[in-house]
Amino acid sequence: MSPRPGFVLEVDRSSPPSLLWHGEGFRLERLPVGTRVVHPPEPLAAIEEPDEAIRHALEHPQGDSAPLSALLRPGMRLTIAFDDVSLPLPPMRAPDVRQRVIEAVLDTAAAAGVDDVVLMAALALHRRMTEPELRHALGDRIYDAFAPHGLLVQHDAEDPSNLEHLGQTEMGEDVEINKRAATSDLIVYVNINLVAMDGGHKSVATGLASYRSLRHHHNVHTMVHSRSFMDQERSELHSSNWRMGRHLAASGVKVFQIETTLNNDTFPDPFRFLSRREWEWTARDRATYLATTAGLARAPDRVKRTIFQSMRAPVGLTSVQAGEVEAVHRLTTANVYRQQLVEVEGQSDVLLMGLPYICPYNVNSIMNPILVMCLGLGYFFNLYRGKPLVRPGGALIMSHPTPWAFDPVFHPSYIDFFEQVLAETTDPAEIEEKYEQSFATDPWYIHLYRTGHAYHGVHPFYMWYWGAHALDHLGRVIIVGGDPAAVRRLGFKSASTLPDALEMAEDVVGRHPSITYLRCPPLLMADVR
Amino acid sequence: MRLPAFPWGAPTRPGGVPLPPVERETGVYYDTSWSRRYEARLARALLLEGVTRPLVHTVIPPRVEGLDRIEGLEAPAVFAANHNSHLDTPLILSTLPRRFRHRTVVAGAADYFFDTKWKAAVWSLTVAAVPIERIRVSRRFLELGMGLLADGWSVVIYPEGGRSPDGWAQPFIAGVAYLAYRARVPLVPLHIAGTSEALPKGARRLRPGRTAVTFGRPMPPDPDEDPRRLSARLEAEVAALADEHATDWWQARRRAAAGATPALSGPDAPGWRRSWARTPPSAASRSWPHKGP
Repeated sequence: MSPRPGFVLEVDRSSPPSLLWHGEGFRLERLPVGTRVVHPPEPLAAIEEPDEAIRHALEHPQGDSAPLSALLRPGMRLTIAFDDVSLPLPPMRAPDVRQRVIEAVLDTAAAAGVDDVVLMAALALHRRMTEPELRHALGDRIYDAFAPHGLLVQHDAEDPSNLEHLGQTEMGEDVEINKRAATSDLIVYVNINLVAMDGGHKSVATGLASYRSLRHHHNVHTMVHSRSFMDQERSELHSSNWRMGRHLAASGVKVFQIETTLNNDTFPDPFRFLSRREWEWTARDRATYLATTAGLARAPDRVKRTIFQSMRAPVGLTSVQAGEVEAVHRLTTANVYRQQLVEVEGQSDVLLMGLPYICPYNVNSIMNPILVMCLGLGYFFNLYRGKPLVRPGGALIMSHPTPWAFDPVFHPSYIDFFEQVLAETTDPAEIEEKYEQSFATDPWYIHLYRTGHAYHGVHPFYMWYWGAHALDHLGRVIIVGGDPAAVRRLGFKSASTLPDALEMAEDVVGRHPSITYLRCPPLLMADVR
Repeated sequence: MRLPAFPWGAPTRPGGVPLPPVERETGVYYDTSWSRRYEARLARALLLEGVTRPLVHTVIPPRVEGLDRIEGLEAPAVFAANHNSHLDTPLILSTLPRRFRHRTVVAGAADYFFDTKWKAAVWSLTVAAVPIERIRVSRRFLELGMGLLADGWSVVIYPEGGRSPDGWAQPFIAGVAYLAYRARVPLVPLHIAGTSEALPKGARRLRPGRTAVTFGRPMPPDPDEDPRRLSARLEAEVAALADEHATDWWQARRRAAAGATPALSGPDAPGWRRSWARTPPSAASRSWPHKGP
């Protein structure tokens, strides 16, 4: 049977309660009659022979590009860059698609006699990956062949000796990327395109860039004018990246882009009920739900986190394309939409979402309050094409425990941002103007970023900017079941139950509001008409 | 009693959501393969030889005619009979030559014999029933039937698709002939008489009496023959057997040659006249049909 598309269901008296994610847990909530529930599509069929498909894509490139084997020659400098630990979510079941692709690229390079090969994690300002994470993404075969020789590196955006400034775009944006990559004869960039935002010129222009370059598009103005940043056609973030990408090409940086798309088969057995529509839950699903919720209710946070973070998604490869960046990306975007797009008619007064335990920046870590804001107001709010699911001035209700908890190793600057900056103001523009520079240039944060596993000092600012469009658009943000102090610090309202939250929302949007529940994950993208 | 609410109990279904296709296990989807395993066959053989056949020969003693016509016939074959009563199946199974008897399945209406698992299990075990849709021979049954025939199993099938409501035959479904045609096995016409008196459709009590089973000449598959034409021939053959049973072989052949064989479906008239035609004045007192002057 072919997978069923996503759809919008209006809750009626016979609808069962809906599953609502709540951090490292979930619960069933009976939604008011008339609530629209946006259900994600079922997973598309995965490619049966992924390795064959990858090799076929390398030799049958898109756009104005020669096959990979024709681009490789003895004596050349080859840099293979790949997406970092922030993709895919949750981490996929081994073998990771990066491993499959890079093994195919390396096979081709070996056949062509290329000796000078460097593998590079395209971190931008993200934290460095740990050895187990690299091994999971690349596989032991690649790790053991490259890491001991220092040929598996992680991009360092704060190493002045290893950055190459390639001039400015016509809009005056600095283009500065990793020197090794910039001086290579060929960059092969290996993408995992989980959402429509990923890939394209953003891969190299962001993934291998420095703070000096990133600040041109990672700022409040760009984010407010990206409506949404998941829709490349209407995203200022993408426009800036595209200008930089074209500038890179004009500067002689040659990129062979490889993009892969995955289906939304997100949860492994026995958690498949999390993807299933509630009225189709079997007795086994219900028993698993009851057992899981009962177990989670008694488990300490650390145990819960360990359980969820060890979850590996059984996602399958739905497409792979390689060649010239823009031609490849057009095809990739179509394939992402093929899996994720759900048509929704019109906006509503209230948007409801249950936030899960993971976002791109807390893999193997804690989802701190800033990341809660980023996931809800940044990622989930922007999962639309056309217009937001909620009307201007509407209310957003998110369900998440929002603990006042931070990972001091991965997120040191987040702690200070939360304690110092958000205590003063939550206005993105003011934050950007007053505080960004001091955090971005703080030598301690830079040291931790370069030598430890810390996100860059400026990263929490970007997380806040990520939600700037939503903050600008919404009349009120309410978090259900969150730590009241942490929620207040974020500038949001705290509610203990969903009915309370809906009542609080009525203060802003009026009585009997229309409600839309975005039942995500599995990932979907609302095509709002 | 109030049922437990979701998730302790089963979820309710929102309005407007189409029912998903469910994996069905009854009806035509019932898997009967277990009933053809050695243990089930042994149990069935014991039941047939120890219980069914003695009962049939005692309660509805059959007169079997035309066995000579299938003397040289080897399994597998498709036996197609008119259908009046639930007694038809045990009667046929009791009168089939031994080389067919224990390696024959009976096509039974999926909606009647296979609507629940226990009924399906009972009929699969006792008479080796396999589910078939009443109104047509579906692709599913065709595949099953062809597989069984290829494995050497014969098939008893009622081309009318169900028991006759008034004793007169209903139109034959062409799919039965198509099965024999596709599987390239001989089609054997069979005529049964007497069971509609012993246990007609809707009856609650069995009235013991004599029955008759007439085997027709096997119709070998002809790859050039249209299955619909084969089906028409089958219907004509069964009608000729009925005529032969009511009169005698020669009269029946002559009438058949002249195209004057009485139709199996009876006179084209309102209900009471059809019933009237089936019961000549003295028939009520006889357990054996009148064979003419």
